[in-house]
Amino acid sequence: MQLPLPLYPPEASNFAPPVDGLMIFITSICVFFAAGITFAIIYFFFRYHRKAPDAVGATVREDPRLEAAWIIVPLILAMVMFCWGAVIYVDYRHTPSDTLDIYVIAKQWMWKVQQPNGLKEINELHVPVGRNIRLTLASEDVIHDFFVPAFRVKMDVIPGNNHYNTMWFRPTKAGRYHFFCSQYCGTNHALMGGWVIVMEPTEYAAWLSGSGAGEGNPVTVGEKLFAEKACVTCHVANGTGRAPSLNGLYDAKVLLAGGTTVIADDAYIRESILQPNAKIVAGYQPLMPTFQGQLTEEQILALTAYIKSLQSQPVPAKGAGIAPASGAGTSPATEKK
Amino acid sequence: MSTIPPVPPEYELPDTHYLNATYGSGRSIRAWLLTTDHKRIALLYLATVTVFFFIGGVFATMIRIHLLTPGGVLVSPETYNKLFTMHGVAMIFFFLIPSIPAVLGNFLIPIMIGAKDLAFPKINLLSWYIYVIGGSFVLYSFGTGGLDTGWTFYTPLSSIYSNSAVTPAVIGIFINGFSSILTGLNFIVTIHTMRAPGMTWFRLPLFAWAHYATSLVMILGTPVVAITLLLAALERVLHLGFFNPAMGGDPILFQHLFWFYSHPAVYIMVLPAMGVVSEIIPTFARKTIFGYSFIAGSSIAIAVIGFLVWAHHMFVTGESTYAALAFSFLSYLVAIPSAVKVFNWTATLYKGSISWDPPMIYALGFIGLFTIGGLTGLFLACLGLDIHIHDTYFVIAHFHYIMVGGAVMGYIGGLHFWWPKITGRLYPKALSQFAAIVLFIGFNLTFFPQFILGYLGMPRRYHSYPPEFQVLNVLSTAGASILALGYLLPMAYLTWSMRYGKVAGPNPWPATGLEWKTDSPPPTENFHVTPVVDWEPYDYRNRPDLGLVAGTAAPAHGDD
Repeated sequence: MQLPLPLYPPEASNFAPPVDGLMIFITSICVFFAAGITFAIIYFFFRYHRKAPDAVGATVREDPRLEAAWIIVPLILAMVMFCWGAVIYVDYRHTPSDTLDIYVIAKQWMWKVQQPNGLKEINELHVPVGRNIRLTLASEDVIHDFFVPAFRVKMDVIPGNNHYNTMWFRPTKAGRYHFFCSQYCGTNHALMGGWVIVMEPTEYAAWLSGSGAGEGNPVTVGEKLFAEKACVTCHVANGTGRAPSLNGLYDAKVLLAGGTTVIADDAYIRESILQPNAKIVAGYQPLMPTFQGQLTEEQILALTAYIKSLQSQPVPAKGAGIAPASGAGTSPATEKK
Repeated sequence: MSTIPPVPPEYELPDTHYLNATYGSGRSIRAWLLTTDHKRIALLYLATVTVFFFIGGVFATMIRIHLLTPGGVLVSPETYNKLFTMHGVAMIFFFLIPSIPAVLGNFLIPIMIGAKDLAFPKINLLSWYIYVIGGSFVLYSFGTGGLDTGWTFYTPLSSIYSNSAVTPAVIGIFINGFSSILTGLNFIVTIHTMRAPGMTWFRLPLFAWAHYATSLVMILGTPVVAITLLLAALERVLHLGFFNPAMGGDPILFQHLFWFYSHPAVYIMVLPAMGVVSEIIPTFARKTIFGYSFIAGSSIAIAVIGFLVWAHHMFVTGESTYAALAFSFLSYLVAIPSAVKVFNWTATLYKGSISWDPPMIYALGFIGLFTIGGLTGLFLACLGLDIHIHDTYFVIAHFHYIMVGGAVMGYIGGLHFWWPKITGRLYPKALSQFAAIVLFIGFNLTFFPQFILGYLGMPRRYHSYPPEFQVLNVLSTAGASILALGYLLPMAYLTWSMRYGKVAGPNPWPATGLEWKTDSPPPTENFHVTPVVDWEPYDYRNRPDLGLVAGTAAPAHGDD
């Protein structure tokens, strides 16, 4: 399949060719300079070898232009590297809108993956070729890192209340590729890896609808949790409860006490569950208890999926907490209540 | 009169010098342990850092043997994790950071500027004791359960999840930090206030400039890491939530605080080595160093910009894109002063009168390895590339090129350069040239394959790995066995030479610095008469006292 001693991993995502191109560019510049310095040293070493035991070197006049040249030329080359790298980095961090969303949960020392339909995998990730994939990463314990060398992608998986890290890529070649945990996470760090299986879209669809699909559908699980944890007693769908209705909430702009707004994304929902008092919706009291320590990362993701499924539900006229459409961003207006 | 050098005279050791001086209790152990002579304290440091280098080296050897096969041949995962952690802690905090400043800097800075001692001799001794106490805590941690957090102590792994002896290790590093701070303080005050008549700032040896810059970093950076590690220990022991998200802390905050010191710490390790090389190159090229003020200025630039690049260790933590752009940009800036140094050293060789003495081979080896280490830093500073190579063996290779190829090569080169001054004796020349070449080849064979391993995607800190990585790992281990020989040889012949080496005389190379104007070994008060400096640094053309062909005749090599 490969050379006995390959110099780079397979190129299997949209990021691999540009990253390898950049690698070749920087390597060329560095080899040029390293070779130049090495050659100069070796040449001088022999050319100016001491002729007599008491000989001293010649006086060489220093030239400020020379000093300027070897400051400015490397600086220009460094800036080219910086800009080229920055362009690729911005692409890494700018997730397209049409992604297939998959959740990845890390814990010492395994990976749990949840496909959009709720299908769960352990230490494997199946993805279709040619689709933009977005992974949302959560950790149950310490910092981990999801690294797929063949895709040239890597992102830390950080425990915490404030944000999820996400990463995206578009697989370009079907096959099986290693993924690793690349942030040291304790005893079995080296065993915390697995395989990314890139399939043709039709195969992927067949695989997805195959064994066990739907039994742990996160929306269903989330709906059940929503009732079990008594969320439903306050978050009443028609907006008459002590807490805002969650209909149509996901991805909408929420008006907070104090006049600022926030987009109700995964991270906001997670924070609101674990630290309810961090951001209070305008017009509501800080009554909600924290669920810190009472929900696993998986359960939080299930609740998020359920709330997401309410996106299409009718938004009540009152009590939704969603910022009025006119108040685009900066409007300090209080909620009409 | 001018024909002295071709037939070197047989020198004899001076009757009294700092090693045999009979002040206090003379040569007893007590006289050494209570000494305030910076030269003796330097030798105390030499003994202790060598112990830690040896301990760290044993761990490194075990790591490389273990990685011979994909499944690992030697130890369990728990033990492997402890090995690389303890290797890092011993090498970084207790060998690399103190090695050149506390051994060579301690010995040389007062002599180089024409002073009798450091500004605070008792504090100098205190800093050695602090180092020993801190080191004892760390050894206690190693001996009672070991340490498995990685030398970076990332939270919440270190503060909550690890079952190893984290607390004593962290306390040891905390204590040891004060040793660094006090040494830095001593150097800065000494360089400011104790220069001999005529020793102006721009006549200072570049070694002193490098240590001045290093001292700034030590004083400004070390308190931050000390407090950070203490907070991690408080979280571990008293369950105060600083970094653990389950207690309301922020694990990323730890990384910011940790790298705020630990990136500049890289410059603590490599700047002094640059200082050493800046002394060796002009001496063995017998020529004024090219671009003195640029080399001196670049040390200060590195120290300053080095404080502004820390978050380039965190490009994949999800830090904001704007922060990443800023830190990448600044990281490229800090590369420039290092490049300036390399170009100036190379230019110094042009039209020199170059000898192949052992220190020169080490110094040229340093330039080669440091250049590769520095250039591969450009890959890691590059945002688009760092995502792929971050936390892989590429990083391991890069920083070993800087720290081992750079700092350790500089340290051993410096030992070879000043050994005749420190001990008064020479070591076998051919053997040490051979050792330098063995070291260079062994180093490259060990660490160059790791660049490729890293790009192929092998993550660091893995006790086992997929079979396709085996060939490169075996190469690396083979190189390590050659590298080990490269370290054991100097340890052996330098020790041998202390008793049996040929007596060196005051200035065997000859070199231009003030330290070569006094006896070898120097007297306790360094100079019999306070020296007056009336020459420019590294000037071979107007130094008749050196007895070389370009100068006019001189009476002899010169004491007094």
